[in-house]
Amino acid sequence: MKSIGSFLKSHKDVAVYGAFVLLIALVALLARVIAPYDPLSSTLRDAFQPPSAQHLFGTDFMGRDLLSRVIFGTRASLSSALLLVMASMIIGGLLGIIAGYAGGAADTVIMRLCGAMLSFPDLILAIAIAGILGPSFINTIIAILAVSWTKYARLSRSMVLKIKKRDYISAARITGSRSSHILSSYMIPNALPTLLTTAVLDIGTTILSVSGLSFLGFGIQPPTPEWGYMLAEGRNYMMTYPWLMVFPGLAIFVTVVAFNLLGDSIRDALDPGRRRKHRRKRTGKA
Amino acid sequence: MLKKMILKRLLQMIVVLIIISFLTFLLTYLAPGDPAEAMYEAAGISPTEEQLNTARLSMGLDKPFIVQYGRWVTHALRGDLGTSFSKSLPVATLIGQRLLPTLKIAVFSMAIMLVVSIPLGLLSATHQDGVWDYLIRFLSFFGISMPGFWLGLLLMYVFCVRLHWLPAVSASSGFREMILPSVTLAIAMSSKYTRQVRASVLEELSQDYVIGARARGVRRSRILWRHVFKNALLPLITLLGISFGSLLGGTSIVEIVFAYPGLGNLAVQSVSARDYPLIQGVVLWVAMIYMAVNLVVDLTYDLVDPRIREAR
Repeated sequence: MKSIGSFLKSHKDVAVYGAFVLLIALVALLARVIAPYDPLSSTLRDAFQPPSAQHLFGTDFMGRDLLSRVIFGTRASLSSALLLVMASMIIGGLLGIIAGYAGGAADTVIMRLCGAMLSFPDLILAIAIAGILGPSFINTIIAILAVSWTKYARLSRSMVLKIKKRDYISAARITGSRSSHILSSYMIPNALPTLLTTAVLDIGTTILSVSGLSFLGFGIQPPTPEWGYMLAEGRNYMMTYPWLMVFPGLAIFVTVVAFNLLGDSIRDALDPGRRRKHRRKRTGKA
Repeated sequence: MLKKMILKRLLQMIVVLIIISFLTFLLTYLAPGDPAEAMYEAAGISPTEEQLNTARLSMGLDKPFIVQYGRWVTHALRGDLGTSFSKSLPVATLIGQRLLPTLKIAVFSMAIMLVVSIPLGLLSATHQDGVWDYLIRFLSFFGISMPGFWLGLLLMYVFCVRLHWLPAVSASSGFREMILPSVTLAIAMSSKYTRQVRASVLEELSQDYVIGARARGVRRSRILWRHVFKNALLPLITLLGISFGSLLGGTSIVEIVFAYPGLGNLAVQSVSARDYPLIQGVVLWVAMIYMAVNLVVDLTYDLVDPRIREAR
């Protein structure tokens, strides 16, 4: 804990952006306490009320309080993004380490699979998978995971290939260390910091993918509050009730900004080479 | 040497296409629901048991998985991707209709992006830590964090609903209909590329030859335009190719927001309707075009940069 404290002290930007992200996480955790209304209770009489003192963000087409729905929507976005990033890092990281360390047939199979998944632009593959499996929270995760693990696999594979050539690995092997020992004591600890930084940098993009899928109708299903499909709902009433599409979009934007700021600052803090080279550039970052 | 490399890459592409087609076929095979039923459902008919049985036989659903897959592949090789359930048209025809609109929007948004990001990136790099640099970096950071569908909706609200300057729905692919979707795509891309151009120019400016030229008294503008500019933009070719390839594969979300009739829109429609032949066709086509563009890019890169050619 002490080392984290001193790290934050010497990298104030990480601390500030970290606090920003923590705040958003608190909103998700304490949604029940913060939200002024039940996000699911609808009074049709109150439908389409413009923002007011009673309903700061107004109400939607079913008369539900939009602020409460946006607050509860934090849960879906954060939990799916964190779950996805962790799962991609673990699955992709392990497959990449195996491919790099074992080589041969395992390497060929894993990397060919990577290549196949990477030969799709945009969200096309995720859309196809989510659509075929049927829209739901877990299927969104599976659909995006099918593509997102590849990044970590390629990254960890390339790191293992680099480490593999080092003298201490040959020394370990000559002195009779088992593969499992080499992997767990040398390979994984070496690859972990880079994988973790990539993961933090990835959270913002993942939130965008998840909400994009549900915007298209292939994600979490109503009535659970989720920002992407709240935007899709708001779009239908854009002409007359524009606030319905302003606030959910703003929520996505602010959250992605927070995670991107944190990711950038952690990457710069952990990569002294980059820091030295770009020091002048970095000061006063937006 | 070059011929050998092209051959090798084409071979790799075929392997990847086989994997992809197999996986999508497997996925639709394992998907909940009966394709025969899905076919009638997509066409909006509720079938009798007898109709279902006939359809199952004619679709070969009684055959084992591998036979069904083999049948699909042999047809696909002849250019026959089957018939769409929901639109009762050949899949190849449906994809063909989307090619021109998709190409138009891809070229137009790339053009906007280049016109915006190259000057901004250069300006940002040459005025490092100046007012312009801060402003440009600030804007590009926000551009990257902006959800494309939200940006599209906001633009639509301002320019269509409020100002009535442009049509809200781009059902056709005329010029006026293309403006907003292209601008939406271009804003996200420009933010990314402005950062790239900036980083790339800064990297190049710190090279020894630049310091040397400056020490010899060569004018700054001459160094910038004659040497740095060209060298800094070269590495961007690969990235540009990837972006172009993904635009050609369709940009589902933006196309859906504006109801633009591109490939991405078709992909979403096919998935929503559970139109299996159409899904398989689109997925295969998109992967093919994306990989082909990447191959072409690598080849041009090879031609432009002699260092790579010699290294091989």
